[in-house]
Amino acid sequence: MFRTALRTSFTALRAPARVPATALVSPQLAFTRRYITQEARAKIQQAVESTPVVLFMKGTPDAPQCGFSRAAVQVLGIHGVPEEKMKTFDVLEDSELRQSIKEFSDWPTIPQLYVNGEFVGGCDILLSMHQSGELDDLLVKSGVIPPEEPETTTQTQN
Amino acid sequence: MSTAVSDPAKPSSAGPVEHSIRAKLTDLLRPSQLEITNDSWQHRHHAPMRATGGGGGETHFSVHVVSDQFQGKNTMQRHRMIYAALSDEFAAGLHALSLKTKTPAEAKPAAQT
Repeated sequence: MFRTALRTSFTALRAPARVPATALVSPQLAFTRRYITQEARAKIQQAVESTPVVLFMKGTPDAPQCGFSRAAVQVLGIHGVPEEKMKTFDVLEDSELRQSIKEFSDWPTIPQLYVNGEFVGGCDILLSMHQSGELDDLLVKSGVIPPEEPETTTQTQN
Repeated sequence: MSTAVSDPAKPSSAGPVEHSIRAKLTDLLRPSQLEITNDSWQHRHHAPMRATGGGGGETHFSVHVVSDQFQGKNTMQRHRMIYAALSDEFAAGLHALSLKTKTPAEAKPAAQT
């Protein structure tokens, strides 16, 4: 399920410092639930580090199943995020992922964007970062897209 | 500087979830401005909304809030504050919040040149 080809070597150094949220689980189910959660957590950790840009969404980029997910895909498209540096996960295809990603990110809604393993935010944050230029900065700084050529280099002909 | 009524054109349209959101955000943020818009009707045809009787429901809201509690916090931290305050509502079927979070200084119309 998870592609590992693009994983960078520093991922092993990252310490997953997140606390499992099992508070709402009944004691009887706690063990099983916790086991599943930790397994899911490890899978997600691997997933968010597998590719520079990871988007958890509803549907696929070609067929988004939610307007917020559609907007997120479109914004990433506008910035020219190359296909090989981006991976999307359809949470509608995986009900466990759909729940566990919310716990993992401590974020209750989908879509969710990760860049270089770091949680960036949901649709609103992505849109406002797009408008402010922060998203472009982040993608350039993260090596996802090349820096835009400064306008001063544009040649004008007389 | 009073809390704004969400939409004077639609009196008494606010349901229990909207009331609850308003009460909790007012309590948490002491906002100088709080606008809550119920967008659920735009999403009522979504399969998951139909499944939970979302036709006349309260699943999708836009919230525009201005508060000095946001001072020194980035957007993600602001959104997390709100999400944390509304965890009961999310657990009970609230599906999406579109958030605009500003400090009073940020809310002042920026002079465009």
